Amino acid sequence: MKVTIVDYNSGNISSVINSFKEVAKDKVNIEVTSDLGKIKSSDKLVLPGQGSFKSCVDALNKIDGLTETLNEFAINNKKPLLGICVGLQMFADVGYEETETKGLGWISGRVSKIDNQNGKYKLPHIGWNQINIIKDSKIFKDIKNNSHMYFVHSYEFVPNDNSVIVATTDYSSNIVCSVEKENIFGTQFHPEKSDKIGLKIIDNFINL
Amino acid sequence: MLKNRIIPCLDVKNGRVVKGINFVDLKDAGDPVEQAKIYSDGGADEICFLDITASNENRDTIYDVVERTSKKCFVPLTVGGGVRSIDDINKLLNCGADKVSINTAAVENPKVVLDSSKKFGSQCIVVAIDAKKNGDKWEVFTHGGRNNSRIDALEYAKKMEDSGAGELLVTSMDRDGTQIGYDVDLMNKIASKVNIPLIASGGVGNLDHLVDGIKLGNASAVLAASIFHYGKHSVREAKEYLDSKGIPVRI
Repeated sequence: MKVTIVDYNSGNISSVINSFKEVAKDKVNIEVTSDLGKIKSSDKLVLPGQGSFKSCVDALNKIDGLTETLNEFAINNKKPLLGICVGLQMFADVGYEETETKGLGWISGRVSKIDNQNGKYKLPHIGWNQINIIKDSKIFKDIKNNSHMYFVHSYEFVPNDNSVIVATTDYSSNIVCSVEKENIFGTQFHPEKSDKIGLKIIDNFINL
Repeated sequence: MLKNRIIPCLDVKNGRVVKGINFVDLKDAGDPVEQAKIYSDGGADEICFLDITASNENRDTIYDVVERTSKKCFVPLTVGGGVRSIDDINKLLNCGADKVSINTAAVENPKVVLDSSKKFGSQCIVVAIDAKKNGDKWEVFTHGGRNNSRIDALEYAKKMEDSGAGELLVTSMDRDGTQIGYDVDLMNKIASKVNIPLIASGGVGNLDHLVDGIKLGNASAVLAASIFHYGKHSVREAKEYLDSKGIPVRI
């Protein structure tokens, strides 16, 4: 099996690479590339993302044919894909960080700034927060409800259809922190930085 | 609920830990990677390396340390000390650092903070402020505390937030190394001035000081070095203590 981490200059992805390699050991081949042919021939994709929604979408669009290849992989061929942080946010139709920017439109919804209630809540939302698992998901197999995950973000994904929400976290309001729609999975938190419990989520994804 | 973080900090010089953990099960007490692993296994919410390497020719040692650590520790890793440019930040992130803390360079050239937060995202840019009390205000020092910039720490903190810093790591130079506790007045004043998280540093001598940093100083995270070294307290003990005092921590 081949799991590919899509390298589209979305910022720092070393931690994602290290965690996937740690979990995969020698059993699974972890590739890091922006090569469209290699992405197409993968069994699973990981879409990381750091920085702003706009900078990540711009970086995706800069690589000729990448968006089309991702669409083909996730939407037409329905192969498993995991989006992490801004990688998840890009599933939305539109994001409002920096300026209004069109997303991949895979899961209908928008990405807007977390309401910090006039400064009552610090932003970015940085640190360990507990997740409320509200629906069974394959990537949360053997993960206990209220587990701690590591978050770093100021924007949240607000889907139009609540049935895609797998888990939320409480920060100012109930923030969507994991979604699942058929073969498409996403976490707002960073499993690669969430200690052993985070590695277990990566393991679950690899073993889908 | 978001938990308050406990961040053990290791001083690294020429790729080796200065003032390390004195544990019997350590193979190599000077290896930062082994110590970081002990901390992360013990429940540290983040690990911080402060590179105090003095000479330029040994600067590269930190990259190797970061690279090896990031393959073993799966909690966030912050690296500071001698970070001057976008290029330095890029190299550290590529080696596996999750955040980089900028101190002197941010004072001398605030554009570094602006440019790096734009390029890499605010989430990985921490501005470290070394502050010392002078009368009824605090002044920002640079170059490891040797030079007084005369800049007002509170105004500077706000300016760094506006420049795109994702967090502030505030060290009281009056308290650093004294073990008499954080300057909670300084922490609280800065925390009330900005909307980004504050990490308190400098002066921790016992576990009550960690409680004070959060309760009185309003810090989101507390950083400490010496109380975790030499086995005086483990990270787990610290977290259990904070928990017993009603402070939300990840246990």
